Amino acid sequence: MKEIVVISGKGGTGKTSILAAFASLAKSKVLCDADVDAADLHLIMDPDIKERHDFESGHTAVINQDKCTQCGLCRDLCRWNAISEDFVVDPIACEGCGVCHYFCPEEAIDFPLNTCGEWFISDTRFGPMAHARLGIAEENSGKLVTLIRQQGQKLAEEKNLDLLLTDGPPGIGCPVIASLGGATAVLIVTEPTVSGRHDMERVSELAAFFRVPSMVCVNKFDLNLDEGQAIEDFARERQIRVMGRIPFDPVFTRAMVQGKTIFEYDGHSEGARAVKKIWEDLTQGFEM
Amino acid sequence: MIISIASGKGGTGKTTVATNLAVSLDSRVQLLDCDVEEPNAHLFIRLHMEETRIITTPVPEVDMEKCSLCGKCGEICQFRAIIVIGETVLPFVEMCHSCGGCMEVCPEKAITETTRELGRVERGHRNGLEFVYGKLRVGEAMSPPLIRSVRQYTRPDMLTIIDAPPGTSCPVIASMKGADFVLLVTEPTPFGLHDLKLAIGAVRILGIPCGLVINRSDIGDDRVKAYAKEENIPVLMEIPFDRRIAEAYSRGDMVVDVLPEWKENFIQLYRDIDKIAGAKRSAS
Repeated sequence: MKEIVVISGKGGTGKTSILAAFASLAKSKVLCDADVDAADLHLIMDPDIKERHDFESGHTAVINQDKCTQCGLCRDLCRWNAISEDFVVDPIACEGCGVCHYFCPEEAIDFPLNTCGEWFISDTRFGPMAHARLGIAEENSGKLVTLIRQQGQKLAEEKNLDLLLTDGPPGIGCPVIASLGGATAVLIVTEPTVSGRHDMERVSELAAFFRVPSMVCVNKFDLNLDEGQAIEDFARERQIRVMGRIPFDPVFTRAMVQGKTIFEYDGHSEGARAVKKIWEDLTQGFEM
Repeated sequence: MIISIASGKGGTGKTTVATNLAVSLDSRVQLLDCDVEEPNAHLFIRLHMEETRIITTPVPEVDMEKCSLCGKCGEICQFRAIIVIGETVLPFVEMCHSCGGCMEVCPEKAITETTRELGRVERGHRNGLEFVYGKLRVGEAMSPPLIRSVRQYTRPDMLTIIDAPPGTSCPVIASMKGADFVLLVTEPTPFGLHDLKLAIGAVRILGIPCGLVINRSDIGDDRVKAYAKEENIPVLMEIPFDRRIAEAYSRGDMVVDVLPEWKENFIQLYRDIDKIAGAKRSAS
């Protein structure tokens, strides 16, 4: 089974629109939304949810005031300043390390498991989809990304599909690291701006660090030809495959507003033709 | 006053708003770029950095001469960052959250702390503007402790503007917590609206007053405005799509340098924020 993960470094470069466009083109695949922190793919895919599960991960300390003698040991040990002077735990500041729970001489600190999101298995007009929703202000996004990718792989095996198309998160931190490991390749979607180039360089370093082959495509290429060229030059220098250019095309936004992929909205648009070319090169390159 | 600039969805214009707001005001301003995974404000502010600090976090180191292989360290660790295997103890320092539990629990006092690099914090200033940004080490998973290191530069005698990362999870919370006002930058598209709702959920958990900037306000549809009205969230600024702004951004130029008439809009934006945050302060 092959897995292509679309990432970007910088947010808002068009990851989800392009992944949705690929969904229109790929024949037999499973879709996976690994941007669990601000998942948007479902807004285009309109999934029919078949299975719904709680995502349980991490713990938060809770002090039982009836047992607490206010000895202060927990406040001394807590490195997150999460316990107030009147011995109440701030659940947002609590890291879930359990040190206070372990050492409390009165056994007054509970340490319950958190439910910090939900994950789903769905059907869409483009095939099965694994997706999730991390609770607002929650931690453990990396673990949820790992789980959702595993579910995607499982779905593909069950249904005998040999491709997983994964929409990754922005940035280079924990959820991005969790979305890369073991992928066949990542496609970095960037834009020809100083920020796009800076962020693409960092995320390509991250992919290299974890030895995942990367490819790059520049969206809105005609916005700044020099920056676009600089990105492609950087990529070639690092043996990153340059996958072509996508022009600035308002069709992407119009398609999104209607909840459609760009091929459903206007398959003859410049944007659609550029994405089609990239997809054809990609499938040939990986024998999909 | 601390103004945190966030968005939910990435690429909506947080950095554009944060940098242009910071350079438009005459008061003493600090700009803290807390998007440490992908910091961009320095590409626009472009000033000489005077100070670089390497930021580290404590992680365990085991003295096997003293270790009795009791396994208590592996038992207390919630993050599987230290494990006893056969005749040795393996710390996985990249997984460590630096709680100090293993060191505390070790009956042989065999564990001490060394450090893992999280990234760097850089600082510079020009005229009345102080600029600080964090840069996460490539390969490092945890950004919140580095964000907290950037925020340690907050000075109560200055206006502090924070450029927050996208999303709604722990790095965003670390960048908004304790702010007096959160300015949410969004775009009028289904993705913009969906992620805006999540961001507002996060702001409400923290109990901070907020307002909106709608960027590229003439693309997409009207649903963001309808939502703002319904939820009683003030729209403080609208920036229509303008190819000149997009091109200036692509080069790393500031909007207020290319289109100076925008300076007055950013000053007015600050006045409006100050009024709302001030009203909230006097109410509490």
